[in-house]
Amino acid sequence: MTFYIPQDTTALALGAESVARALQTAGVEPVRNGSRGMFWLEPLLEVDTEEGRIGFGPVSSKDIPSILDALETDASSHDLYLGQVEQIDYLASQQRLTYARAGLGDPVCLDNYQALNGFKGLKTALAMTGQQIVDQVKDSGLRGRGGAAFPAGIKWQTVLNCEAEQKYIVCNADEGDSGTFADRLVMESDPYQLIEGMAIAGLAVGATQGYIYLRSEYPVAHRLLNIAIERAEAANFLGDNIQGSGKAFHLEVRLGAGAYICGEETSLLESLEGKRGMVRAKPPLPAIEGLFGKPTVVNNVLTLAAISTILEQGAETYQNFGMGRSRGTLAIQLAGNIKRGGLIELAFGVTLREVVEGYGQGTFSGRPIRAIQVGGPLGAFLPESQWDTPLDYEAFAAIKAMIGHGGIVVFDDSADMAAQARFAMEFCVAESCGKCTPCRIGSVRGVEVIDRIVANEDRDNNLILLHDLCDTMEMGSLCAMGGMTPFPVRSALAHFSSDFTGEGRGDN
Amino acid sequence: MEKSAQNTADISHLVTQFRSVPGGLLPLLHAIQGELGYVPESTVPAIAAGLNLSRAEVHGVISFYHDFKTHPVGKTTVQICRSEACQSMGSRQLEAHAKATLGVDYHQTTDDGAITLEPVYCLGNCACSPSVRINNDIYARVDAARFDQLMADLGSDTGVSK
Ligand SMILES: Cc1cc2nc3c(=O)[nH]c(=O)nc-3n(C[C@H](O)[C@H](O)[C@H](O)COP(=O)(O)O)c2cc1C
Ligand code: SF4
Repeated sequence: MTFYIPQDTTALALGAESVARALQTAGVEPVRNGSRGMFWLEPLLEVDTEEGRIGFGPVSSKDIPSILDALETDASSHDLYLGQVEQIDYLASQQRLTYARAGLGDPVCLDNYQALNGFKGLKTALAMTGQQIVDQVKDSGLRGRGGAAFPAGIKWQTVLNCEAEQKYIVCNADEGDSGTFADRLVMESDPYQLIEGMAIAGLAVGATQGYIYLRSEYPVAHRLLNIAIERAEAANFLGDNIQGSGKAFHLEVRLGAGAYICGEETSLLESLEGKRGMVRAKPPLPAIEGLFGKPTVVNNVLTLAAISTILEQGAETYQNFGMGRSRGTLAIQLAGNIKRGGLIELAFGVTLREVVEGYGQGTFSGRPIRAIQVGGPLGAFLPESQWDTPLDYEAFAAIKAMIGHGGIVVFDDSADMAAQARFAMEFCVAESCGKCTPCRIGSVRGVEVIDRIVANEDRDNNLILLHDLCDTMEMGSLCAMGGMTPFPVRSALAHFSSDFTGEGRGDN
Repeated sequence: MEKSAQNTADISHLVTQFRSVPGGLLPLLHAIQGELGYVPESTVPAIAAGLNLSRAEVHGVISFYHDFKTHPVGKTTVQICRSEACQSMGSRQLEAHAKATLGVDYHQTTDDGAITLEPVYCLGNCACSPSVRINNDIYARVDAARFDQLMADLGSDTGVSK
């Protein structure tokens, strides 16, 4: 019997280490796998048995003796028994491409990765020209999965077309949005997939150096990525002569330093250059003048991970998932006040309600859901009337909301939406890079004006002022930090106006 | 950590290590902070000279990023996540509780030099909020009672238990 207990951040945060120690005390050496992303079941103990790979969860160290006993007699008699893990509805009903391998084995075991089709995409790419690879990416319909949804193939074509002695691939692993952990799960549960995608990107556009810009808030991902890179180099999947092809690609992890704005790609490049993370005006596009002034592909972790799938399974397979212009799958991250939070990979088109009520089963607190924020701190707060919107980039844009990186944060009916609107402004004050006045100063004013509205001071005029301020921020900001902070503010005002009366939260 | 004795911190080995790394300033600052616990003012001239930057540029970078500290910090850094996901699960109350029980505000250190309290914007553990980071370990579903337990464990010599 093989035992598995995850080593990803969430499982560790819920006590996986002490579960592992309890197993060791009982004479069992568990495999430290990645997480499946069913975080409501973590720590999830899996056991390979004659009846298949079964699970118990959430377990704590004190459950180990009784689980080991039950395995001797009748596993299904145990209270925490979950049956076959892959048949748990939450997982079985997903369409997993990027997360197909997540949680299956030790994330940094190269043999395991290769046994599960790893590096097949890279080997395919080694036999292709750069243009052929870029064409595959275009055909797949892949759009950037970091938030802006820009077609990846078009960006790559621009970099491929540039003549330069040095080009770069930069992976945006800054994952700053609240409610998101999809990048982290890839890096902690299947890091070779990202490494493979970056190497393919290098081959496609002719770049020999890559950087992963990783947020410093992810110490576990940092450790695992460094191990994976070292092993991939030793096995010639990275380095000067990838698999004897004569082609080179080097990769290095660089840590951010706690600035949300460094997730914006030009700020990220400044930071990688060792500077303050001030957003650059575009043009020039990073694809033409990026890192150290050289042509640079900047893509999100999930975009680069999807490249491995596309090269392995073909552009058509990928493009067969999804709706409209949103092709492939969306990594939905269900978070906040939710009973069954976790990673849900599905083709685009599922509605918010299906995710939150079906997968999530409502709030953790058991109270009614009041508002849902999708797409991070710059995303709108959605009231119930909007929960039937399908998760599709265009459908969300049509209601002045955004999918962004796919994070969904649920609030129950105790939430104070005026306080949340104020927080949105406060966050902008703390995280603005400072380049544009509407963002830097407007957000400070925004906090003050919201305070006055809630205190019922000259209410009508202050409401007008707040809308004016939002207009100015939307129109006069260089990037979405200042440009979209008004989204959560305005949606809170529009849909939860009773919270702004200063009489405590209303019912709406 | 006390080897950081203010004006004498020798960082020349780190400057040498990162001087020719492209964009090496952030990795260098992380390395200095890793060794000394913070980036002392007194190291700025050596950093600037080593990387061929002005002191103002180095200052500008240090002050831009939330991570870099310019004053000594406590033995343990405790970060409370203030992101929306954690707020939806009561992190505002947790913040208030932590400040009250530790007797410090954010960015301050307890009188005994044991704990520095910091906010953090998102630890990526958003399905099991509220989250707290203690040095390099992250804890999920931290309510007031759990927070008190974690702090008590820090106080005892056994270290933090999970
Ligand atoms: C304020 C702000 C924060 C951002 N944060 C992130 C982030 O944390 N991760 C990310 O991948 N993209 C982030 N982006 C989007 C990037 O600027 C850029 O679109 C992305 O890295 C491109 O990669 P993709 O096309 O693969 O999505 C952010 C953008 C803005 C304006
Ligand atoms: S909108 Fe804000 S964060 Fe973006 S460039 Fe302007 S000041 Fe910087």
